[in-house]
Amino acid sequence: MDRIPILRMGEFLLVTIQVDMHDQLALTLQDDLTSSIQRTGAKGVLIDISALEMVDSFIGRMIANISSMSRILDARTVVVGMRPAVAITLVELGLSLAGVDTALDVERGMRRLRDSLEDAGVARADHEE
Amino acid sequence: MSTAAEIVVNTIQNDSRGLLQEWLAELKAQGTGADHRVSESELQEQGAELVRLLAAAIGSGRDVSGESWRPVREFLETISRSRALQGFGANETATLVLSLKRPLFARIRAQANDPATLGDATWTVTEVIDRLALHTVATFQKSREEVIARQQEEMLELSTPVVKLWDGVVALPMIGTLDSARTQVVMESLLQRIVETGSEIAIIDITGVPTVDTLVAQHLLKAVTAIRLMGADCIISGIRPQIAQTIVHLGVELGGVTTKATLADALALAFKRSGLIVTRAKAV
Repeated sequence: MDRIPILRMGEFLLVTIQVDMHDQLALTLQDDLTSSIQRTGAKGVLIDISALEMVDSFIGRMIANISSMSRILDARTVVVGMRPAVAITLVELGLSLAGVDTALDVERGMRRLRDSLEDAGVARADHEE
Repeated sequence: MSTAAEIVVNTIQNDSRGLLQEWLAELKAQGTGADHRVSESELQEQGAELVRLLAAAIGSGRDVSGESWRPVREFLETISRSRALQGFGANETATLVLSLKRPLFARIRAQANDPATLGDATWTVTEVIDRLALHTVATFQKSREEVIARQQEEMLELSTPVVKLWDGVVALPMIGTLDSARTQVVMESLLQRIVETGSEIAIIDITGVPTVDTLVAQHLLKAVTAIRLMGADCIISGIRPQIAQTIVHLGVELGGVTTKATLADALALAFKRSGLIVTRAKAV
């Protein structure tokens, strides 16, 4: 069965979706990603959907779900590279993905994850003092 | 003695040159002859071609929508289309075909011996010419509608220029009323430009939007959400006092959307967010 690879980059996990998502693939990704976060103790997840051309409400909701699940597991999620057509479709479907962080490309997404991690680190250090 | 159908065929097939001359004279008399839009020779050419095609088709009967009449119909469509583009009126285009009646009737009267045949032949010609005229006008109408549709499309594209204000900052000065179709085009071109330029901040300036109602506000919110989904930030600027009042009175929730009074304020905020500082080169 095909699945979407989850790459580990330091403290972050990188997921690039290169194929059209179907429902089973999305569910598998959800399972794999949550267990990977738990196993690696990753602090951030970057999902690159720049190759994703089509979305439906299920995939849209799944992206929102993955983001919420990661947050519960103490990892921040940034969705990067959403295409204009996909963004318009999601808006028309009424899915604003509130609470999901977004960035234009992988580089900016990584910077955003790093920044947030630093902020969190500072906050934690303050708290411990 | 010849029958009505034969008379009709003869009328058109024999002496087509004379028919053409009379027809052109008739057109001139009605004031729809050659003018600055169509030259004398062009009109003559069109007329000759039409009479020739008519002569070829008339033998096959009066069913104008049939296969044998196709060349006539297609030729009329060509003329009609070019006339629509040249700015002729619908009546002028219809007259072009209808003017054929008088010369034709005159010829039929000269040939028919008894009233019954005359009546039949006249009816046949009337039917054929009327149908052709209707077809011409229908094509004319369609061409005009195509022109209007194209112009609307062009206006739509013209009205949505996405300008790059700074490295990483694009702006969309919106002018005119916002409806669903326009928002769609505006949104698409803005999102496309964001991807192309890799801009992190997009400013939508609504100074030129005359009124904002719930629908327009909803469209704006959609655009803002789509921009956020792509990973960029959106600032709405150019909100006039009346519009601010309307938005509040309507109870539209613009929460979470950054709004500024002027484009300058929005640009200043964009600079601040991207860590740029604007200073005078020299103290004045």
